[in-house]
Amino acid sequence: MIPRSARRRVARLALFCAGIVAVIYCGCSSQRAVNARVEEPFPKKLSDWHLFAATSKALQPNNGVVPYDLNTPLFSDYASKYRFVWMPPGTSAQYRDDSAFEFPVGTILVKTFAFPVDGHPTERLVETRLLVRTKSEWKPLSYIWNDAQSEASLETVPDPVKIRFTSASGKRHEFTYVIPNANECHECHDNQKMLLPIGPKARNLNKDYAYSSGTENQLEHFARIGYLQGLPAPAARPRSAKWDDPQTGSLDDRARAYLDSNCAHCHQPGGQAGYTGVDFRSTQHEVAQQGLCKSPNSAGAVGALSFDLVPGHPDDSILIYRLESTAPKVSMPALSRDVVHEEGVKLLRDWIASLPGGCPASR
Amino acid sequence: MKRASTWCASFASFFALILFSGCQKPTPNAQEFQKSLQERLINAKPGDAIDLPEGKFHFDRTVSLTVNGVTLRGKGMDKTILSFAGQTTGAQGVLVKADDFVIQDLAIEDTAGDALTIQGGRNITVRRVRVEWTRGPNESNGPYGIYPVECKNLLVEDSIARGAADAGIYVGQSENVVLRRNRVENNVDGFEIENTENVDAYENIATHNTGGMGVFNLPNLPRQGGRHVRVYNNQLIDNNTPNFAPKSLGPIHSLPTGTGMYILAIRNVEVFHNKIQNNNTVNVYIVHYKTVVDDEALRDTAASPITQQIFAPDDKRYYPFVQDIYFHDNEISGGGTSPDNRLTGVKALSDALGGKLPDFLYDGMVDPKWGHKPNSGQICLQKNGDATFLNFDAAGQMKHPVHDLKPYSCSLAPLARVSIPQIAVSAPGGK
Repeated sequence: MIPRSARRRVARLALFCAGIVAVIYCGCSSQRAVNARVEEPFPKKLSDWHLFAATSKALQPNNGVVPYDLNTPLFSDYASKYRFVWMPPGTSAQYRDDSAFEFPVGTILVKTFAFPVDGHPTERLVETRLLVRTKSEWKPLSYIWNDAQSEASLETVPDPVKIRFTSASGKRHEFTYVIPNANECHECHDNQKMLLPIGPKARNLNKDYAYSSGTENQLEHFARIGYLQGLPAPAARPRSAKWDDPQTGSLDDRARAYLDSNCAHCHQPGGQAGYTGVDFRSTQHEVAQQGLCKSPNSAGAVGALSFDLVPGHPDDSILIYRLESTAPKVSMPALSRDVVHEEGVKLLRDWIASLPGGCPASR
Repeated sequence: MKRASTWCASFASFFALILFSGCQKPTPNAQEFQKSLQERLINAKPGDAIDLPEGKFHFDRTVSLTVNGVTLRGKGMDKTILSFAGQTTGAQGVLVKADDFVIQDLAIEDTAGDALTIQGGRNITVRRVRVEWTRGPNESNGPYGIYPVECKNLLVEDSIARGAADAGIYVGQSENVVLRRNRVENNVDGFEIENTENVDAYENIATHNTGGMGVFNLPNLPRQGGRHVRVYNNQLIDNNTPNFAPKSLGPIHSLPTGTGMYILAIRNVEVFHNKIQNNNTVNVYIVHYKTVVDDEALRDTAASPITQQIFAPDDKRYYPFVQDIYFHDNEISGGGTSPDNRLTGVKALSDALGGKLPDFLYDGMVDPKWGHKPNSGQICLQKNGDATFLNFDAAGQMKHPVHDLKPYSCSLAPLARVSIPQIAVSAPGGK
């Protein structure tokens, strides 16, 4: 370990170095445009994309790099997630009602994952994932942050990371955070063998965001800055509930929003788990397709349970059993969940308990 | 300026050194091998062959491939071993979602879930691959050994599957499949052919499983209408290993110990020149879907609006009857000597028959649409040695059982050979 006095020197020195770097960059880089790569080779360093101010740990976005968030996001081990989108000047995405928008070639979707650190006011940045719309397809790229938090480097098979922190509510978290490798990106993002963005759909983006210029609806902001074409009138825009905010929807709405964001990327026709016959998209309303009283067919470990979802009986529902597990052949989602999302499970428990009826011979 | 920045750089690297020295990996070699194999698979180009050396290599995480046209090969199924004992991430061992894939001459052991999963691939070859749970039958073993699903043009040959808690070699929702010269043992089900069309299964051996082979369709899967399955020159012998599937795996838990072959809710199956022998519950079981799922439980449903909505429409694409099944020229004998009384249905039947069951057991379920002629399901059983038979009249609560084989001694047109590009290439002008 570094002695305390040395540490102080380190801090002073680091500030000094940062100062020098800032001086160097200030002259030429603050207006430096985002590096629009649409084919291999992609930058090995995240900084070479020029998405963020060079020395910023706060992910201060460059010009045209627009932050956004989602009504109901995918749960990722309690990580904080910081999302941005950039499009080449003069281009815009095409609005879609159900699926993710049609983004133009050159688009970069940016998502940084960070965790709290005990005794530190700032989070630790772990990884920044890019989805880059190349000439032919979406390319997933994972940049892993160094311990100094000064740079992130491109890796195809990142090593797992030990995470330890105590949450604001006092709950202790200690687990190994598994970062998906380049293939595993496809597990969630592929539909009909085509990699697609998942989050940026109208229903999930239809919310206010506190921009530095003031609070504004994200869809309207995108349209106003020229990032979105074809936005329909407000009444025609779908809006997903916020899973944890009863003001935004009924229990049913919020549970469906949660299933949509956490399960439907695989559990839909053409998705990784399309073959199971279960479809969790909030846009489909066939009750039998959501696993109600459905026996599991071929895959997975399901406890001593008969049906995916038993109305009124969360404890008899395979869905809950698998969400409450972290064992490799039981846990769902199968990837990128290393701890149980207790609040999410509670929502789904409440929802299942509220459903009327029952299943034949369910225990 | 220059001096200062150089100084900063060297200082930074010193700082980094201190930070990194604290985090060493526990087993660098295993981690390195796993990581490098995964990197090679990700960076592979179509046409690449990835050769694995001799040795036993430990993995704690699923290894996956999505690049088309890759061959993954070891030095032999007992020489190159990918061991997933203690796996922590992902259920599968090797997961493939690519076309034109060949895997050969290696073993995959002790995965948490399925050993080798191949999803949605065209032109897939699995050759001389061994999948195994090395502790033998155990309810905590992974469900499936070799698990191709939604594939087209699939060849699985000269492979071995042992210890799967569901099926050793499974094929689901696929078309144009050849399974040949494989050996499956100590699994719950040896082979499962599920919702799959155009299959040739020949020269395989299924022994010491709970059941030798199942050929069937299930409802509520995206691909329906499996049919046209030829099973010939196989040995389905002595499959009497007590069923070790956990309840959690669903219906397979109820597969009677000692089942040679079962044919469920499917049509156009031709079974010939096989040895189906010494399976203690029954050598051959031919049944309607609802004979094996609990029909009464379905009727007794507490008919809430939601429940009605689910069961009233059912899966309209699904057809639960068995029809056009042709067994001929098989050596079928020695079955049904000690039926699995764990199952109430089996026990009731065997009690009624003095504790033994015949070689062929058929539930006699026929679709009223076929009319009232005898054997309207066209179950044809010919030249199967001295195999005994019973239609136990499931629809009539076993009131009118039929032991006489005569109504069933018909024949059906032979089914066509299954043609896949892999075989056409390796044996031009083959049979």
